[in-house]
Amino acid sequence: MSGLIGVVLEQGFIFGIMALGVYITYRTLDFPDLSVDGTFALGAAVTAASLVKGINPITACTLSLLAGILAGAVTGFLHVKLGITNLLSGILVMIGLYSINLRIMGKANLPFFNKETIFTGSSPKIVIVLVIAIGVKLILDLFLKTKIGFVLRATGDNPGIVVSLGIDIGLIKILGLALSNGLVSLSGSIMAQYQRFSDVGMGSGIIVMGLASIIFGESVLKRFSLISPSTMVLAGAIMYKASTSIALELGFPPTDLKLITSIIVVIALGLSNKRIGTTLKRVISRGGDSNAANAKSA
Amino acid sequence: MLQMQNLRKVYNRGTVNENVVINGLSLNIDEGDFITVIGSNGAGKSTLLNAISGAIEVDEGSIVLNGKEISNLPEFKRSRFIGRVFQNPAMGTSPSMTILENLSMAFNKGKRFGLTFGVSKRNISHFREILSQLNLGLEDKLNVKVGLLSGGQRQALSLIMATMSDPEILLLDEHTAALDPATSERIIEITQDIVQSRKITTLMVTHNLHHAIDLGNRIIMMHRGSIILDIKGDKKKGLTKESLLKLFEKTHPDDLSDRLLLA
Repeated sequence: MSGLIGVVLEQGFIFGIMALGVYITYRTLDFPDLSVDGTFALGAAVTAASLVKGINPITACTLSLLAGILAGAVTGFLHVKLGITNLLSGILVMIGLYSINLRIMGKANLPFFNKETIFTGSSPKIVIVLVIAIGVKLILDLFLKTKIGFVLRATGDNPGIVVSLGIDIGLIKILGLALSNGLVSLSGSIMAQYQRFSDVGMGSGIIVMGLASIIFGESVLKRFSLISPSTMVLAGAIMYKASTSIALELGFPPTDLKLITSIIVVIALGLSNKRIGTTLKRVISRGGDSNAANAKSA
Repeated sequence: MLQMQNLRKVYNRGTVNENVVINGLSLNIDEGDFITVIGSNGAGKSTLLNAISGAIEVDEGSIVLNGKEISNLPEFKRSRFIGRVFQNPAMGTSPSMTILENLSMAFNKGKRFGLTFGVSKRNISHFREILSQLNLGLEDKLNVKVGLLSGGQRQALSLIMATMSDPEILLLDEHTAALDPATSERIIEITQDIVQSRKITTLMVTHNLHHAIDLGNRIIMMHRGSIILDIKGDKKKGLTKESLLKLFEKTHPDDLSDRLLLA
């Protein structure tokens, strides 16, 4: 069982980096970005192709990060400069990347079992992923405290205020999408090195996993006001990974995993959706307070 | 200071729903003018402000600010010298960010938004001082998220933020209309304080005739996309609500419904 917990933590932190990327677009920019399904696999593909060519694993990670940044900027360009809706921009880039990833790898599945990866050294895997995930989290926290980070946060919150500050909101969106997809691609790169192969289908459903992590983390941890959003996202990724592992332990076949993911998101969204919560509350405690609150409309 | 010549804006041109919202409007605004803008619904008041701020593009005409043609500039570029407060208090601030973070952003307007820290500790006492002048207790709530403030508090903050970087012109679009009467009066007082002490050229749209008469040095009345009354200086000081309505009736005897809307 301890082996299972180790795997949950390792994969949770790797997916956590992806979820931090999704957090930038989904929560900070209020942009549902589907291109992450493509950029996760892009990171894996770039890493696999680089490692097979004998490139140093750190360089491979950096190349993946840059490739993701570029792909995210393309999504932003489609949306901002060509006026394509946000959902469609993401889908177009995701579909396009599928072919690009196949070109990068040359085939649908590229193993590199005997190549050096970031996990090759003597340090345990968990330490390596922990250092990278916490590092990314701290850098993201710091970034969101800078002036440009403030503008990024305001963009999803109230786009009008960004315009009134004399800032081109389109550029801010492109920047946010680029950063987000950079992180997702980095996460894909680490995942590929972790499992020692890259597969063109690796990214499918990544956006849902990212959303699941964000919503999971927020709905469980938001009552503790001192926990920063990025910590919630990382914790949410681990919780998500744990819940799928439990589902597998219960005897579900791995092929059911995507369905389980969907159901987890539906449950998490449903529970965090106020309607269900308040209906329950009203049923339980229909007292003077709730009646008085409604007196205004009567 | 701001010259508008023959502005025209038509929606749904060439269809049965064609709607001329600004019809050959010309207006010269002098440095330091505080103009109140009145008119019934659909008269084009908000559209005029939108045309100046760049939120909409005009079909014809020129807008010249301090000798520079701005009608082709995108909205975010015009924002660099225009401050604006909207009717909806939620529009002037970022709700999930704190008062301090909001003010810090406004303070940095016109400068670079780079990788230095968004909040500078040196500014905090300055912000506290500005906020304490509002007498709304906001100076002790610097780390409170703006989304938790009342409409009046948010609108006061919006005003502070819109004027922080000394805009060349301030546009107020019915900025007290969504507030209760007492709060509305307080926001009007704050508006007057800021505009007079800093001598900001201001255009204020209002449906409240008392505010329109009491505030500012000049009043314009709009009707169907044109300016039908423009009263300045001493003549404006002598205005009453009744005389204003009479003037309107004299120019537009047929528009009884509009008279009711104005009252």
